[in-house]
Amino acid sequence: MNNSFLTIAMPKGRIFEEAAELLRRAGFRLPPEFDDSRKLILEVEEENLRFILAKPMDVVTYVEHGVADIGIAGKDVMLEEERDVYELLDLKISACYLAVAGLPGTKISDIAPKIASKYPNVASSYFREQGEQVEIIKLNGSIELAPLIGLAERIVDIVSTGRTLKENGLVEYAKIANVTSRLVANPVSYRIKEARITEIVERLAEIIE
Amino acid sequence: MTKPFMFEKPLGMRDTLPVLYETKVSARNKMSDEIKKWGYQFIETPALEYYETIGEASAILDQQLFKLLDSQGHTLVLRPEMTAPIARVAASKLLKQQIPLRLAYSANVYRAQQREGGRPAEFEQIGIECIGNKSISADAEMIALLADALKAAGLQEFKVSIGHIGFLQEFFLSILGTEERASILRKFLYEKNYVGYREHVKSLPLSSIDKQRLIEFTSLRGSEGTMEKALGLVENNKGQDSLAELKELSAQLKEFDVEQYVSFDLTLVSHMSYYTGTLFEVYAGQVGSPIGNGGRYDNLLEKFGWNASATGFAIRVDRLAEALGEPIQPVAPECILFSPERRLEAIGFARRKRSEGKLVTIQDITVVQNVDAFTRTFSEVHLFVGNGGSGKDE
Repeated sequence: MNNSFLTIAMPKGRIFEEAAELLRRAGFRLPPEFDDSRKLILEVEEENLRFILAKPMDVVTYVEHGVADIGIAGKDVMLEEERDVYELLDLKISACYLAVAGLPGTKISDIAPKIASKYPNVASSYFREQGEQVEIIKLNGSIELAPLIGLAERIVDIVSTGRTLKENGLVEYAKIANVTSRLVANPVSYRIKEARITEIVERLAEIIE
Repeated sequence: MTKPFMFEKPLGMRDTLPVLYETKVSARNKMSDEIKKWGYQFIETPALEYYETIGEASAILDQQLFKLLDSQGHTLVLRPEMTAPIARVAASKLLKQQIPLRLAYSANVYRAQQREGGRPAEFEQIGIECIGNKSISADAEMIALLADALKAAGLQEFKVSIGHIGFLQEFFLSILGTEERASILRKFLYEKNYVGYREHVKSLPLSSIDKQRLIEFTSLRGSEGTMEKALGLVENNKGQDSLAELKELSAQLKEFDVEQYVSFDLTLVSHMSYYTGTLFEVYAGQVGSPIGNGGRYDNLLEKFGWNASATGFAIRVDRLAEALGEPIQPVAPECILFSPERRLEAIGFARRKRSEGKLVTIQDITVVQNVDAFTRTFSEVHLFVGNGGSGKDE
C-alpha cells in the first residue's frame, strides 16, 4: 500500500508556482513541462502520481468527491466551501488574509448595508458574528469596483499586499482571517492510502518547519 | 416559482432504473441473507415519525431533516436514519420480550442537502442493532458480521477503521480539565481540521509535555502500534479502561478471523453524536465517502424511557453498489408474439415456460409497429402467428 497510486489536485494560477516549487523541494520529481503545460491532467509514472490542475476554488470539491486523493487549497476556499476534507498541513505558502474594506471615512448604514464578495459564506458568517444585519452580493472578481460605483458599502476579499486596495482608494476596516495554502485529503483516501499520504505529509512538513 | 419540467425531481431525489435496481437488490439480498444467518430479525418502521421524538433523538443535523406538518399540526420528519426508530420500537415493545435483542433493517432514509448534485437526499441503508448487550463481544459481533456480510455481497477489499469516543473524551478531559475545553478540540477533529487543532493546542496554557501529548494524539492511527502508542499517552484509569476494551476487541476480532480488515484509529470522531464507546467507519477502494458506519450508543435508549446499552451498524446500499463496481444486467425475458387467433395457444405456452422458471413476455403482434425494434432486448422470440400448427422459434 506504500506505493499506491495517488491523484493530487493542484490549484491553477497564482498559487500554482509556489505549490510546484514546494513539491520539488520536498523531493518530488515533477516533469519540466509541468509549469507551462496547458494539459489538465499530468501523470508522473515514476512517482506513481497523477496531477490534475483545477481552479483554486474547485480543488476541495475534487478532493471531497474523492476523484483526487489529496490537494492543495487556500484556507479562504476552505472557509467558504466548508467541504468534508481533512486539513492536514499548513503549507505556509501564498500567504494573504481575508479582510473587510471600503471607501475611507465611511460608516455602514444601519439598515441592510450591502456587502459585495467572492466569499458570500465567509462574509455572511463574519457579519453575523459581529451582530450586524447585512445583505450579501456575490461577485466573481474585481470586487474593489463595488464600493467605487456604489453597488456595496463594504467588500470582503483577500488582501496580500494591499496594493489593489490602495490604488483604488479603498481602506481596510477589519481583518477576518489569515490565509495560507493547506494540504487537504479525502477522508477515505486518508485511511485507505494512509501510508502514502502520511509519507507525503512528513516530507512536506520537514521542509516547511 | 417556475413550474417544474415533468422530468425534474426535488434536489437529491433519484430514479433507480433496471441495471442499478438489480445491482442494489443483489447486494441487499446477499447482505440480508448473511445478517439472518447470524440470527437477526428484520423489521420495518414508518417513514414518517414525530419531530419531537425521532427528530430530536437522531444525531442528524436539524437542517438536514425533511419536516412537514400533519393535519393536527404536529411536526413530522422523514426518518433521517434507522437507529432512533429502532430504539423507539425496542424500548416501547420488543425489549419487554427479549434482552439482548437483535434486530435488522433495510430501509430508505432521508437527509436534505442544500449544496449540489452528486449526493442523494434519499438512500437505502441496511443495518443491524444489538440492544441490551454491553459486552465487548457485542462490539466484536458487529464488526465480524459487517465483514462477513460485505464479503457475502461480493466486496473483496474494504477497511474498517475503529476508534473509541470514550477514550478520546477521557484523554482530553484528563489534560484539559473541563468539558468546555475538550469540546473545542473535539470539534477540530470532527471538522477534520488538524492544522487548526495543532494551532489551538499551541495556544493553550499547558505544559509542553501535555501539548506534546495532545499533538501526538493525532498520530494514534494506522496499521501498527497504535494501541501501544496510545498506552504511552494516557495516565488516568478511564483512558486505560477504554484502551483495554479496544485490546479485548482486537483479540476477539482475531478469533472471528476478520482482523485483516480492521485498523485502529483513535482520532475517529463521528457525525453521529450519540456514540459513547467504540465506533467505526467502513471504506472501500473507489468510493470517496465511507460506505457505512456504526458504533456503541449506550444513552440513546434512555430517551425512549429504557436504560439499555446498544451497538449497531448501517451500510449505504448505493455506495456499496458503487464499490462493487460490476453492474448487474437484468435477466432478459423471452418473448411470445401472437396474433389474436392463436392467443390461447400462446397463453398456454407462456404458462408452461413460467412454470419452468423462465421469464416470459406475451405480446399481441397486431399492435407492435416495429417488430425488430420491439424484440431486440429479448433473449428469445417465439412466434404464434398465422394458421401454422405449433409455435416456432424465430
